[in-house]
Amino acid sequence: MFEDMTHQRVVITGVGLAAPNAASLPEFRHKLLNGQSEICEIEHRYIGVVPAGICKFPETKYRKKKENKRGTRAGCLGVYAANEAVNDAGIDFTEYKRSRTGVYVGLTEHGTVETENEVYNISQYGYDVDYWTHHHNPRTVLNNPAGEITMNLSLTGPHYAIGAACAAGNAALIQGVQMLRLGEVDMALCGGISESVGSFGIFASFKAQGALAHHPDPRKASRPFDMDRTGIVISEGACLYCLETLDRALARKAKIYGEIAGYAMNSDARDFVMPYGPRQAECVQLALERAALAPQDIHIVNTHATGTRQGDIEECRALAGIFRDCPATWFNNTKGMIGHAMGAAGVLELAGNLSAFNDGVVHPSINVDKLDTECDLPNLVLNEARPVDRVEAIMNTSFGMVGVNSVIIVKKYTA
Amino acid sequence: MTRDAIKDVIIEIVQDIDEDAETVNLDADEPLRDQLDLDSMDFLDIVMELRKRYKLQVPEEDYPELASLNSCVNYLEPKLKDL
Repeated sequence: MFEDMTHQRVVITGVGLAAPNAASLPEFRHKLLNGQSEICEIEHRYIGVVPAGICKFPETKYRKKKENKRGTRAGCLGVYAANEAVNDAGIDFTEYKRSRTGVYVGLTEHGTVETENEVYNISQYGYDVDYWTHHHNPRTVLNNPAGEITMNLSLTGPHYAIGAACAAGNAALIQGVQMLRLGEVDMALCGGISESVGSFGIFASFKAQGALAHHPDPRKASRPFDMDRTGIVISEGACLYCLETLDRALARKAKIYGEIAGYAMNSDARDFVMPYGPRQAECVQLALERAALAPQDIHIVNTHATGTRQGDIEECRALAGIFRDCPATWFNNTKGMIGHAMGAAGVLELAGNLSAFNDGVVHPSINVDKLDTECDLPNLVLNEARPVDRVEAIMNTSFGMVGVNSVIIVKKYTA
Repeated sequence: MTRDAIKDVIIEIVQDIDEDAETVNLDADEPLRDQLDLDSMDFLDIVMELRKRYKLQVPEEDYPELASLNSCVNYLEPKLKDL
């Protein structure tokens, strides 16, 4: 009864996104190639003025203001990105049934924003819980952003959230691939969303760890690999992909961004916050093995580095060990331009590199004025975009708290 | 608070929930939910807003009293008479 789909090739055919500097993939690519950050300052209750990445996109393009008000910011971001992805893929649900479409959304956290807001709300009424909103539960269930997408697009297949800290977007992308290969769904709408900028607590917690970025010019606050980095810039964002099996994508003559060639996830099993390079390296190796690729075959490694000293160095050590004899492998980082979009980070950053299959350019890591010598990877693309000879495989790394690591490899599509 | 003022408050609350709501030609005797894009969660927003604005607790058994504009006014008039 079940067709063996486990070896099916899976391709990306649509990308929808909202980033702190763009509301579409072409705009995003343009900004990244020009090294353009639009990180701004926001003022948050209790914590004051902080640098943050805020997405500007047409919020009522795909649903009414009333629905945005009832739902969550993550839902609003997700509905926009999901519609953009589906439109980009040219999917009108004639080839695909809505009941055979799955929505898998990676979230670093969810509900923090809404809970903080409600506690603040009842504080204005002497903490009388009669003033606690009836919207709190539907807003804070973990499947909320994915569920808001299904309601908006009338998708009746499965939807749920994947929690994997800042590796969550990649984890959801992997989930999409797996569900397609298991034959659970025919089309997967998957990726990551973050509304974390709405939470003062997330800023405060990074601040308490000494890991919250600050700079007089917010556009310079996020500076992975730079000696003068001060930590993480928190951003909101969303990036959702349409994934299909290759044969179905070819059958409907879909545009193909790339093929998911390999992926891996593993766990540090050590520490709540400190990253661990050796385990990250194992994760990279596993993804390479599954993709049947050698390190030399990867032409862009889009790094996770967030702008914390230890995190940047651990990752660079792990990568330097694996890619030591790879003259055609280039390294970059997207967070200097968009901050850390948490659950959306990996998928958003990967999306920003996919166009390199066509334009052959590696976008730069910006704000690196004094390169940390411990992050001096060979072929690190700094401050200016770099045209390269060949881009046939792109790797994205995304790591998260409590020791969760993810690696995705996308290959240029070739028959 | 006059009957007209109460009616205005209800319309204001509805517009705050949905600014696209067409409140101009509402039939005051017909249920709001039949005329507007409102569901039970929106209805609870009205109850919450009355609580926030006037410290007015509407017990669940009285919810049907808030069905139409006129029934709202009839129900709220004695409760808001001193405002």
